Amino acid sequence: MLRRTFLKGAFAAALAFLKPGAVLASVWNKAAFSAKSRFEAMLDAGYNDAEESGDILIKAPEIAEDGAMVPVEVTSNIPGTTSMAFFAEKNPNPMVADFAFSDGALPYISTHIKMAETSVFRVAVKANGKVYTAGREIKVTIGGCGG
Amino acid sequence: MDNSMKMRAKMQGDVAEVKVLIKHIMETGLRKDKETGKLIPAHFINQVVATCNDKTVLDMQWGVAISQNPFFSFKVKDTKPGDKVTVSAVDNLGTKFYGEIAVAE
Repeated sequence: MLRRTFLKGAFAAALAFLKPGAVLASVWNKAAFSAKSRFEAMLDAGYNDAEESGDILIKAPEIAEDGAMVPVEVTSNIPGTTSMAFFAEKNPNPMVADFAFSDGALPYISTHIKMAETSVFRVAVKANGKVYTAGREIKVTIGGCGG
Repeated sequence: MDNSMKMRAKMQGDVAEVKVLIKHIMETGLRKDKETGKLIPAHFINQVVATCNDKTVLDMQWGVAISQNPFFSFKVKDTKPGDKVTVSAVDNLGTKFYGEIAVAE
């Protein structure tokens, strides 16, 4: 029994060492990224019970001509921001990405995302043990997912 | 080192602005192959870590909705020209990507 437990542990350790993300700090949150609704995704990613905030600045086009490449730029002005997550509410899997900031990184991200159709682009922020959120509708004329 | 990652880092006051472009298909797993009618398997970068002078500054998890040939930009304060910025990424099939650059003035 002991031996089995030991082997199991050793095997798990070996697996952890071999898995591709081993050099990276966190484990990819499969549940959150597979969630079909943004409520479920926010819950799985620990961004539930979010309070609306005007201190999350979202720079994005009102109308995106190509849903495959929608530029978004987000700054959190909430003191103590440690992470933020992006959600495209009507995507088949709404969770887009999760960003954790440390050691001098400003709570800012600019990137390009895919949006399947016109929907709210939502940002959730963790700061001082609380969760804040802000959303903005982006109209999409040609969808970027599936196809 | 392949050239699938392009990086730029430049000072803006005492803040370094870093821009990164990674060449990757970012296949969602939701698209059908037009000829066979079968789903094209998902193939996407899902974890990315950025460091500045060997300290992790950004730890990211991505889903399939980051655009093809992912672009992202971030900012690090209290930096100076010459500071080393690295980006390590891995996709869902285990392929790794790496880039590093010194912050320019």
